[in-house]
Amino acid sequence: MSTTSTTGTTAVARASEARAARGDVRAYLLYVSGKIGGAAVSLLAVLVTSFFLFRIIPGDPVKAMTHGMPTSAEQMATLRRQFGLDKPMWQQFTDYCAGALSGDLGMSYQFRAPVGELILQKVPATLLLTGVAVVIYSAIGLWLGTRSAWRHGSLGDKLNTGVALTLWSVPGFWLGLLLIITFSVGIGPIPGMFPTGGMESGTESGFAYVADVAHHMVLPVLTLVAVGYAQTLLVMRSSLLDEMGSDYLTTARAKGLRDDAVRRRHAVPNALLPTVTMVFINLGHVAAGSILVETVFSWPGLGGLFYQALSVPDLPLVQGLFVVFAGAMIVMNLLADLLYPLLDPRVGR
Amino acid sequence: MTTTPTPPTKTAPAAPADPAGKTPPTARSLTWARRRLSVARFWSAYRGHRAGLFGLAALALIALTALAAPLLVGGDVQSVTNAPGTAMEKPSGEFPLGTDQFGRSLLGLLVWGARISLTVGLLAAALSVAIGTLVGIIAGHYGGWFSTVLMRITDWFLVMPALVLAIVLATVMSRNVWTVIIAIGITSWPTTARLVRAQTIAVESRPYIERAKALGGGHGHIMNRHVLPNVMPLVLAQTTLGISSAILTEATLAFLGLGDPTVVSWGGMLQDAREAGAVSSGHWWYLAPPGIAIALVALAFTLCGRAIESVLNPKLGVAR
Repeated sequence: MSTTSTTGTTAVARASEARAARGDVRAYLLYVSGKIGGAAVSLLAVLVTSFFLFRIIPGDPVKAMTHGMPTSAEQMATLRRQFGLDKPMWQQFTDYCAGALSGDLGMSYQFRAPVGELILQKVPATLLLTGVAVVIYSAIGLWLGTRSAWRHGSLGDKLNTGVALTLWSVPGFWLGLLLIITFSVGIGPIPGMFPTGGMESGTESGFAYVADVAHHMVLPVLTLVAVGYAQTLLVMRSSLLDEMGSDYLTTARAKGLRDDAVRRRHAVPNALLPTVTMVFINLGHVAAGSILVETVFSWPGLGGLFYQALSVPDLPLVQGLFVVFAGAMIVMNLLADLLYPLLDPRVGR
Repeated sequence: MTTTPTPPTKTAPAAPADPAGKTPPTARSLTWARRRLSVARFWSAYRGHRAGLFGLAALALIALTALAAPLLVGGDVQSVTNAPGTAMEKPSGEFPLGTDQFGRSLLGLLVWGARISLTVGLLAAALSVAIGTLVGIIAGHYGGWFSTVLMRITDWFLVMPALVLAIVLATVMSRNVWTVIIAIGITSWPTTARLVRAQTIAVESRPYIERAKALGGGHGHIMNRHVLPNVMPLVLAQTTLGISSAILTEATLAFLGLGDPTVVSWGGMLQDAREAGAVSSGHWWYLAPPGIAIALVALAFTLCGRAIESVLNPKLGVAR
């Protein structure tokens, strides 16, 4: 914030400027620590909720685990001891909290493996799929939203908004199923061009492997983009519409800037803030939001794992994934909050 | 309602003048005249939104179909044992949309499924908006540490991934329609609460609230008689938008097998189709109609909600 001018700066002015800069930094630090503290409290609350949410379930987890298998009473008691279910509730709770804070989320009933490990294995696939999708749909949403707002009321705008709203109303998993039928199984003259699911064929390596994964990603990414871009579009459109009547745009035009330059250099940067928040919140949602699409396309990610865990139900795994999904949201919200004052000097003062 | 369309203004409508100077109007008749006038004004502004009218017409049609389902397709479409057709028939004269793996008519199931989608959508949105309004008004009215605590809880629900929470709730509770409604309602109220709180604070800063207090109006009186009517329009728009997301969530839960297994629903039909191998065998006519139905209803509610929003908040008028 401290701008130094070459002429006419007195020592007094310089000192007060430095003080202002220090004040800014302090205000920012205060803001940052407040936000981090809030996020930490939220994370703790998530841990506590996840514990009690899964203890209100009626029935015996050990019975569910051994469903359909002949089990003796001793075996059930052993299982109960193994999963710590024989201890009193408060002790289970403290064990759980201590474990979760050190990264141990318990054992999966279904896979008989640590939940944390299972989740970590699946993170890259989900990050790849949803990361690519979020980047693409944010870009498309920003571009179309800007165009729509700049020519609001035109036929193009109406078409744009109409298509976006329609796609937004479509259930993503259904669109995915239709895409599989159309482009993987093939109907009529359309041949099956894309794989029906999974992430790789398992036979390629090197560059061919990358191409293979990309080939597998086309349809799921298309589904996520189609269902997701509407939100970015609508937010960008309405925040740019808010800026449309502003005086500074008139000034920019009066200076003789071309329409295109007024939009790119003046209007869009100011309208971008709500959309940036939106993108971060979407990034937080991605893990959770891809549950259905990953299930439909058998994508080996967190969403697919969540679906598998649900069908048992494998409570420690569901619980661990719940914590991870909520944690991702909290972290992304925190990042958006921290980035905000850097983008917009009016925030956090 | 064919009063002359007055240009929509944001100011509170004035009571109409006494028609012919006969008996002085009672307070009640004045109130009703004012309400009629504002409904008429709302409608004349709403009529200007073509998309909103389209949504309303679509909703009326779907609601009628859902209500008349027993008459249109009969009550026994769900029966697996005496299904009229053979399994997985293509669309034909007898079965316009084909049949499912049990030989039931898909058209019949589709019509029947509208009932559950609309019921769950409406009730879940009503529940979510009711919680949101209650929390919002109380937090906005009382202020202080109590409000802070309430808003912290709201914020915490806001960062929760709603779909995951709904799925988890539907998993841990027993499988029936009420579980689905509660799971959706409990996870989707925070946005309403924030909006209503902001509106409550704005309303309570106006002079007539001070007047009501001076005349001895208690907390309950102010919240019920002054704040609530003023946040109602906002709540109405929020409900309409909430219904479409509730319907989508319901379909998602049913598709995941978390719905009521004894009821036909659109999401459940999609799950049946997937389990019957409609995807790999390319039976697109089985999959397409339920999805189109879900999208149509969700879109209709969204269009209505957006139209209501822009009538109530003319600043959004350019967003048409």
